[in-house]
Amino acid sequence: MTETSNGTGSSQPRLAFLRRLEGPQTMGRGPLFWGAAAVAVMIAVVYPLMADAWTVGNTAYFMIWTFMAMGLGLVWGYAGALSFGQTAFFGLAGYTYGVLTLNFGAAYGLTIVALLLSVALGALFAVVIGYFMFYGRIQGVFIGIVTLSVTLVMETFMSQTAGPQWRIGEARLNGFNGMSGISPLTVPWPGGDLVLFPGPILYYVLLGLLVLCYLGLRILLNSPFGNVLVAIRENPHRVGMLGYDVRLYQMLAFAIGGGFAALSGALYTAWGQYITPSSMGLTAAALPIVWVAVGGRRDITATLIGTLAVLYGFQALTIYGSQYALVVMGALLLFTVLVAPQGLVVAGMNLVARLFRRAQR
Amino acid sequence: MTKLLQVSGLCKAFGGVVVADKIDFSLSAGAMHCLIGPNGAGKSSFFRLLLGEHAPDAGTITFDGDDITHLRSFQRIRRGISVKFQVPGIFKALSVRQNLEVAFQSHLSGSQLEQTIHEMLEFTELSHVVATPAGVLSHGQQQWLEIAMAVGVEPKLLLLDEPTAGMSPDETRKTGDMLNELNNRGITILAVEHDMAFVEQISKRVTVLHFGSIFAEGTIAEIVDHMGVQEIYLGTVDDG
Repeated sequence: MTETSNGTGSSQPRLAFLRRLEGPQTMGRGPLFWGAAAVAVMIAVVYPLMADAWTVGNTAYFMIWTFMAMGLGLVWGYAGALSFGQTAFFGLAGYTYGVLTLNFGAAYGLTIVALLLSVALGALFAVVIGYFMFYGRIQGVFIGIVTLSVTLVMETFMSQTAGPQWRIGEARLNGFNGMSGISPLTVPWPGGDLVLFPGPILYYVLLGLLVLCYLGLRILLNSPFGNVLVAIRENPHRVGMLGYDVRLYQMLAFAIGGGFAALSGALYTAWGQYITPSSMGLTAAALPIVWVAVGGRRDITATLIGTLAVLYGFQALTIYGSQYALVVMGALLLFTVLVAPQGLVVAGMNLVARLFRRAQR
Repeated sequence: MTKLLQVSGLCKAFGGVVVADKIDFSLSAGAMHCLIGPNGAGKSSFFRLLLGEHAPDAGTITFDGDDITHLRSFQRIRRGISVKFQVPGIFKALSVRQNLEVAFQSHLSGSQLEQTIHEMLEFTELSHVVATPAGVLSHGQQQWLEIAMAVGVEPKLLLLDEPTAGMSPDETRKTGDMLNELNNRGITILAVEHDMAFVEQISKRVTVLHFGSIFAEGTIAEIVDHMGVQEIYLGTVDDG
């Protein structure tokens, strides 16, 4: 953690929130960092012009998962609560999106409404789970156990919904096979609805959303709320003795993280037009931990870069190495914990910063 | 002088171990009071009861005219009670400035926040380490940082649990000066302390706890000369 906040007061209160794009809770500041970020976004913008539609749609698939990873970074890396439960909110939102769109269709922008309702329901479920956990004084490793139990219970429950009685309106839940035939995101557009199948348009929508969420999280993390979260991670007892309701802050962080996971879940269902119980299973629950730990859980930029890199590597391994991909993921997690516990991306960024400072001398 | 803190018939036991036995205690606004007693006398438990970390079995705690017996810890802090723990309760991975920000931001923002941070850094002589992670400060500096954090919530009553534990004589004297200054600014202070020279430096009145109940109370001279107090500390009375 480095000190960057110069605290120049509030001479421009209307723009004060923009100053929080930089701060002690997030790595990267100054023209060099933002210049590099702008270049990265520009490359991302022109990328679909140089790649085929399938590859672009596949990259969109990678981006979908980053929301869940950033949410976990907030809950685990910043607020200090290791959660295996992101997939519970992911799955709930995915099924909700499926049920809503199968019942109400995709016309008139209803898929957008379904997306928003799915995210809201996922976040609300996170509030409920978070309330019972944090107000029930569950701490440390037990948060991991409870959240893992929640996601596994949901997977088990959804797996046994194969019978015809398990339907919500027109939508059959279909047990282990999951729901399919779900509408993709459909945007009302002059001259005909714009259907966002995996391809360049969906890619651009996700890119915009990703940039928005990333910048929003940076502002949140460098705000007084973010300061308190980090302080809770360091010493929750002291935070309580400064007059903060620690449980409320933990619950809110958990809900925001759950909301991000729900966003991933709804987008994933819209992208692939299906959702299955395995999205809430043990493997699915463990993988976000690997993405976030490998990147660096205590920095949102490292989480983002690490997640994209690991997802790309994981897919390549799955194609060429089949089941060994999961073994490699486990080995990668062990390697990270032993060699660079703060995360490989963070270690890399620190190394670059050191070399840069040395070159400047 | 009005009573800022009024404790009546406070009782607490953990199984057979009684840590508070019908404690009646009061503190006037603006007082500087020390709490002493042998190890296991119940001093820290008394603090925990005042802070709401333990629920009393019986008795009431009234603070600034309100019954706070059943309030949660953070609610008591918001009413104006603050604490500095024996082991520095700071955020070690965060810089000194961030520690102060977290402490003050709940009720200050903008230029007021900046000014208060600046003042507390000057007061605790930590300006030169403002960007340093709190975990690498010296023990004395960590204690002062925590005092600054505790004062930052603008308390009416400041509880200090052995504020000079582990400090050098010079640091102890400096801490005493700081506390006297804070008391002169109007903050009521209740400190648990073992160092009698320090107690003499800061305190006008002293209460002795023994086996969870109040054993004696008076000025420092009265307590030092109290035969019973000598006995509970030394286990014997020197007749010679």
